[in-house]
Amino acid sequence: MKERPLSPHLQVYRLPLTAWVSITHRATGVFLSLGMILLVVFLLAIAQGSESFGLVHSCLQSLAGRLFLWGWIYSLLFHLCHGFRHLIWDTGHGFERETLNRFAAYEIAASLLLVLMLILLVSI
Amino acid sequence: MNYQTPLARVRGLGSARQGSHDWWMQRVSAIALLPLSLWLAAYLSILPNVTYEQVIRWISLPWNTVLLLSFILLSLYHAMLGLQVVIEDYVHNDWMKLLGTLGIRLVSAFLTLSTVFSVLHIVFLGGHG
Repeated sequence: MKERPLSPHLQVYRLPLTAWVSITHRATGVFLSLGMILLVVFLLAIAQGSESFGLVHSCLQSLAGRLFLWGWIYSLLFHLCHGFRHLIWDTGHGFERETLNRFAAYEIAASLLLVLMLILLVSI
Repeated sequence: MNYQTPLARVRGLGSARQGSHDWWMQRVSAIALLPLSLWLAAYLSILPNVTYEQVIRWISLPWNTVLLLSFILLSLYHAMLGLQVVIEDYVHNDWMKLLGTLGIRLVSAFLTLSTVFSVLHIVFLGGHG
């Protein structure tokens, strides 16, 4: 028999915003976990002495290092915002379709606002 | 022929009555991590611009020591529980699932030990040279 697409036709299905936010929450969670390893490595390097600190710190100062750091910070803020949403869900509230969509937009806006505030904080 | 009594056969197969513990601790750590994450994010953003002496002095302030340790230890715990759920959702081979869960727990324990040792080393001995 010919291979047929299975329900819910994921190849042609446009994921709603809530689904994207949910997937991103998981992805940022995994990414944050990997970053925790680097944070611990950084602490070990500091304890080791100024030389190893300098080595790790110069990696952090490179363009790739800064991009990674800001990616990690934004992931943390996004995970925090959607995590807050999960805590509200845990109380049994906010499952109406309209509320779901509105809050998904709020979460994205809040995480972007927080990271902009941090960027502002660093540049002054 | 099975000589086991019905009671012996079902013993140990039922719920251990701890099924909600991981779920609950994920929430408890999440609540604690809300303020801690905002606090750490602010300091992480200036990390590329600080010197070695500044980092040592910052970690050595008692307030920072306690908050930093709280953040990392709670995060590692939260991450361990979260990654375990991810594995349970996507890994369907029982042995791989067991190995994955075990691996995550061991790595978490190792990172926890490294964190506590490093931070205390920095606080009590300072940076050397």
